[in-house]
Amino acid sequence: MQWETVIGLEIHVQLATRSKIFSGAPCSFGAEPNTQACAVDLAMPGTLPVLNEQAVRYAIMFGLAVNSEINRNSVFERKNYFYPDLPKGYQTSQLEQPIVGCGRVDILLPDGSSKTVRIHHAHLEEDAGKSLHADFHGMTGIDLNRAGTPLIEIVTEPDMRSAAEAIAFARKMHSIVTSLGICDGVMAHGSMRFDVNISVRPSGSETLGTRTETKNLNSFKFMEDAIHKEVQRQIELLEEGGTVAQETRLYNGDTGESRAMRSKEEANDYRYFPCPDLLPVRVEQAMIDDIVGQMPELPDARQARFIGSYQLSRSDAGLLAADKALADYFEATVKSCNDPRLSANWIMADLAGALNKNGLEIAACPITPHRLGQLINRIADNTISGKIAKQDVFPALWLQQGEVDEIIEQKGLRQVSDSGALEQLVDEILAAKAVQVEQYRNADDKKRKKLLGGFMGPIMQASKGQANPAMVNQILRRKLDN
Amino acid sequence: MNLDDNDIRKLATLARINVDNSIIEDVAHKISDILDMIDQMQALDTSAVEPMANPLDAIQPLRPDQVTEPNQREAFQAIAPATENGLYLVPKVID
Repeated sequence: MQWETVIGLEIHVQLATRSKIFSGAPCSFGAEPNTQACAVDLAMPGTLPVLNEQAVRYAIMFGLAVNSEINRNSVFERKNYFYPDLPKGYQTSQLEQPIVGCGRVDILLPDGSSKTVRIHHAHLEEDAGKSLHADFHGMTGIDLNRAGTPLIEIVTEPDMRSAAEAIAFARKMHSIVTSLGICDGVMAHGSMRFDVNISVRPSGSETLGTRTETKNLNSFKFMEDAIHKEVQRQIELLEEGGTVAQETRLYNGDTGESRAMRSKEEANDYRYFPCPDLLPVRVEQAMIDDIVGQMPELPDARQARFIGSYQLSRSDAGLLAADKALADYFEATVKSCNDPRLSANWIMADLAGALNKNGLEIAACPITPHRLGQLINRIADNTISGKIAKQDVFPALWLQQGEVDEIIEQKGLRQVSDSGALEQLVDEILAAKAVQVEQYRNADDKKRKKLLGGFMGPIMQASKGQANPAMVNQILRRKLDN
Repeated sequence: MNLDDNDIRKLATLARINVDNSIIEDVAHKISDILDMIDQMQALDTSAVEPMANPLDAIQPLRPDQVTEPNQREAFQAIAPATENGLYLVPKVID
């Protein structure tokens, strides 16, 4: 039987505020345990939450970016459950009246087609602390630094039909929240975490199959693996005549295995009710207008501008625009060299390769956009060849050995474009290769093209790669073809 | 609505409440009475009444995004039953 996969996502996005959603404690990553947990976060008796305005503004920014309705009135509710990293015994969240209503986002698929994914809603809530299950004499260690970190939870409709679509959507969300600057997007720190709802049904069927939820995936790769494995598991179950149980599953990225965490039968009854400690949130039109005025350029708009202003291909423009830091780097490079085409090529090939090899983000790139622009300028004005730029200058720039012009002078890399010197060099090589010259003269056009390389190679080698290849080619043709 | 003993045991599990076997029947009876009363209230027409999240006619004030709370870990952990390496220790959690 042919099966169709149906996927919906819940995405937790940590907001890049300075302080927590309901307290004035800081929420930076990586602090010593419990040094960023104040009395409110610890649920000390008598403390009360006060809502962080920036968290509200960030949620609205997200809503505007995904074409959602912004709910003028929203309500915080208590989601009750017992767990030691949740000292209050409830998570302050939103349920009936979330701040961001339904919206829609277009994603570009690997085959070049596009698709709209509907967003059911997005709500504000607080993160929980962390439980460390390493052995503390049979006890569990609790770090509450993360407790109270502001989150938006984005909930989609079950609109995705494959792992590829789910990943494309997840990447798009990452691109949007980082472009907006409302999340640092560092997946390894848990800044974005994905819960994936998966079901399968016979192709052509309109009714949804029973779904499972795989929780807390914090990399695109884990997400893709987890979806493939879960789809396969469900199909095998159904084809053997079994049924899929509605349950929550945990995926272990190290082993690539998933296991059932809890079934619907024993699922927590969260007993949601409006939080009496917080009043309803009212969003005034003035606040929305103010945010609209400050919205940064979104990835889709930037991609369109890169295509229009810089004549980049759709895929190149999309790749650069999806990452705000990369797009900023690209535009700064273009500013220095005025050659968008070469800038894009250098950034996506050599620079991306070097960053990848060294495990660096673009923000930590040792080559400034200005220097890369200078390098491109020196190729464009024929001071150096593209090959020398790649082999000699780029690595020196990477090691921060100085400005482009200094490196070219110090290493003596200047391209030889002096026709007299090149003529002499060509004559020397031709004299040493009399046999090959004879072969060339007796060959037809097609064969000649091939044989020409046999002269180009040694000439470039003799010049240590510094001969201007276009000029050498010209001189060679003139001397050999006549 | 009549709840039986099993319903009560399940509710007790979900609510993390220990209900002694000797009183289960009595509890079932009492909760059933409460549910009967709720059934009676369902007869009221509330279609024109907007749900109320808060009895006060006020809106949530917002706080500027500033760090105002210094680190007071030592003071907080002085009253904790068990700590180690800055962590609060609790009985092992199994999930």
